[in-house]
Amino acid sequence: MLLGLIEPDAGSIELAGIAVPQHAREARMKVGVVPQMDNLDPDFSVRENLLAYGRYFGMSKAAVAARVPELLEFAGLASKADAQIAQLSGGMKRRLTLARALVHDPDLLFLDEPTTGLDPQARHLIWQGLRRLIGAGKTIVLTTHFMEEAERLTDRLAILDHGRLVTEGAPRALIESHIEPAVVEVYGEGLEDWMRDRASGVCQRFESVGETLFCYTGNAERVIDALKQAPAQRYLHRPSNLEDVFLKLTGRDLRD
Amino acid sequence: MTRHLRFPRLSWRFIPVWQRNYLVWKKLAIPSILGNLADPMLYMLGLGYGLGSLLPDVAGMPYLTFLAAGTVAYSTMNAATFEVLYSSFSRMHVQRTWDAIMNAPLTLDDVMLGELTWAVSKSLLSGLAILAVIWGLGLYGSFWMTLWIIPVVALVGFCFGGMGLVMNAVSPSYDFFLYYFTLVITPMVLLCGVFFPVSQLPPLLQSVSVWLPLTHAIDLARPLVLGKTPDDIVQHGTALCAYGFAGYVIALALTRRRLLK
Repeated sequence: MLLGLIEPDAGSIELAGIAVPQHAREARMKVGVVPQMDNLDPDFSVRENLLAYGRYFGMSKAAVAARVPELLEFAGLASKADAQIAQLSGGMKRRLTLARALVHDPDLLFLDEPTTGLDPQARHLIWQGLRRLIGAGKTIVLTTHFMEEAERLTDRLAILDHGRLVTEGAPRALIESHIEPAVVEVYGEGLEDWMRDRASGVCQRFESVGETLFCYTGNAERVIDALKQAPAQRYLHRPSNLEDVFLKLTGRDLRD
Repeated sequence: MTRHLRFPRLSWRFIPVWQRNYLVWKKLAIPSILGNLADPMLYMLGLGYGLGSLLPDVAGMPYLTFLAAGTVAYSTMNAATFEVLYSSFSRMHVQRTWDAIMNAPLTLDDVMLGELTWAVSKSLLSGLAILAVIWGLGLYGSFWMTLWIIPVVALVGFCFGGMGLVMNAVSPSYDFFLYYFTLVITPMVLLCGVFFPVSQLPPLLQSVSVWLPLTHAIDLARPLVLGKTPDDIVQHGTALCAYGFAGYVIALALTRRRLLK
């Protein structure tokens, strides 16, 4: 809808200061898009993909060709310029899609789940690239199911559930306002007894999910001391994170 | 569908889409030319000589000449149809190339105009190859008149490109295109005077034939091969344009609906 591909039922949209969908063409000149599903052109090589995409923005061949080395370097694909798309790994394809979205040097970048399905190395490489772009003054709008990604990359985030805005704010501020500072996850034989006898005494708030007890607290030491007296219980102590906020606000039911 | 139906907004931005298809085609030009062109040519020469030697003049001309004029229209129809069915479908549905292009400042109108003009180009190529055989074998009445076949071929490509895009818009998979060939293309080949004059058909089928676009194409191409000015040029030309344009507009609406889902 922001790209002007779908018309809104009501309201108005401005993208990079341009009314959409009325002037969608002009607006899209300022925006790069990384879609969720790779749609690189399999009939072209890596370099040709960038050249072809530049033409769609009305760039001259010389203008795109001048940008190609820089884009390939950014994507870590300098040695793959003449490779076919089918020869690239999943991470390389994502990076090329990102480079392709930058071919016309947009001010704004839309990314739809940019690291879904990638291994940790490939994911970190994408994150580094995105940080460089943020550093260079680009605005990035990112959708993700991956809370760690949102927490690392965003200044401002919104949680949407079934199309409704649930909350919005800076990641740290959201965590602080919705969740106690630490979480102790407890699981093991006889958990129910421990929960009944001790949990309400030592946890600020607790939640039982399947075989696990999530104990939220500002004083983890106290919980852990209590757990040491119950050797059958195993536990994991960690700081609270955005995923806890997300699950608290949207519930634990499956979303499909 | 009516919600999506509107007059196309044409712009020059379709050119990079045409160019994309051209550059991909160029990589495999030789096998593609052989694959697309050898087939109609073999039919034309095989049937023309083989069957033609058994036949007296057909509609006042040698059978090979009769068939050559039909083949010009038939092979250009096939070239455009295959392009917008199988190839466009790959780009739209399988490779999602259209989605990628529409994130740039192009609209669906531009993308489909690029596909349509590319189909016309493929038709031109196919028509020119048959024309080269006609020239080579001296099957024409007047060389200069045969040059008019070139715009006719482009028009035939436009007509069947537009019609084929409608099928592209509604097809769930490649298999679906078989219906179009079995129910539309093949009957048209038999009803429109490619292999034998329409006058040989029963009156009922003749009256159907009048409405089919391939009949209009052949009514233009065959006199031009013989060196004559075709009758009712405006009528035939308008019919081909109308089929192609209506196809393009309807295909746009159906594809818009499809891509929004």
